[in-house]
Amino acid sequence: MCGTCGCDTITASSEVGQEVPIPRQRRRLELERSLLSRNDARAQHNRSRFQSLGLLSLNLLSAPGSGKTALLEQLARRWPQRPIAVVVGDLATDNDARRLRACGARAVQIHTGSLCHLEADLVARAIRRLPLQGVNLLVIENVGNLVCPAAFDLGEQLRLVVLAVGEGEDKPLKYPALFRSADAVLLNKIDLESATGFNRQRALANLRGIAPRAAVFPVSARSGQGLEAVVDWLMAQRPRHAAHP
Amino acid sequence: MHELALMAELQRLAEAALRQQGAQRIHRLRLRLGAVAGVDGEALRLAFAVLVSQATDHSPWRGAVLDLETIQARCFCSNCEQPFSPSDVIHACPRCGQLASRLLAGRELELASLEVS
Repeated sequence: MCGTCGCDTITASSEVGQEVPIPRQRRRLELERSLLSRNDARAQHNRSRFQSLGLLSLNLLSAPGSGKTALLEQLARRWPQRPIAVVVGDLATDNDARRLRACGARAVQIHTGSLCHLEADLVARAIRRLPLQGVNLLVIENVGNLVCPAAFDLGEQLRLVVLAVGEGEDKPLKYPALFRSADAVLLNKIDLESATGFNRQRALANLRGIAPRAAVFPVSARSGQGLEAVVDWLMAQRPRHAAHP
Repeated sequence: MHELALMAELQRLAEAALRQQGAQRIHRLRLRLGAVAGVDGEALRLAFAVLVSQATDHSPWRGAVLDLETIQARCFCSNCEQPFSPSDVIHACPRCGQLASRLLAGRELELASLEVS
């Protein structure tokens, strides 16, 4: 800024101490850069890495309390022959990683602090702490949130969204960006269906409207009902996404 | 509030372009925001206002203005093989009723241009 009057002109001192104004030209730069490009590039890097390790990678998303960790406990116990690897994102505490390790999973916790979603870079750093030899399934359990994580690719091959009965049949309509990105939706807590007066048909119709191609699995993380179908579906997805078995 | 994280990325991109150009001030930014990007325009404006309000006299951000351009959703019906503009959160084709799973536009989140000096 000009030292004399505050106008939009920078000044440079000449040898004799006089200020010579240099006009600053206002110009327009066409950038056309996505605000997600840096995250997307890192996500792509993660994806290549997962593929070369022969991993099927999942991004598991839901509102807080829909049963993501309970579902993973079931999955860890049922996954054939090998342990599953899990990256768990939470604002604080190691509770989820501890629960998953108790079920035989290899788990690392990411503390996001105040960050409401995971980003590809956080996942890349967490993976370094995770022993992946002999593993063929990696699940990234996102922060419980139906809004913010939708825009951030983590390098996953498939997105699984959990909707629990009792959250309301219109959740997919209220959070379309997240549900639209789902490859599969797990309708959890079906053991509570009658107690909560949940209308499954209406929920599925809403879900179909938003995500017509998503696979849908009614499950109960508590009883294990419906989990075998999820395991079978995931096993069938593996050859398409992993470089080698 | 992932809009804060996105604003930090906008700041990084804009300042990198500023340095590259040898410019000192950012006057105006144009951001293209898709209607179904899952990003709230008002929250972005708020995050931008915080950025500018904290700018000191020497900051390139002092007095900077944000222009938000909203891009409406545009779908493609694979049955009719035609694009259409959805009128509802459910992207049903107005001709045949089939649900579209292909989005042609509406997910943009781009720093389109920058006015600097």
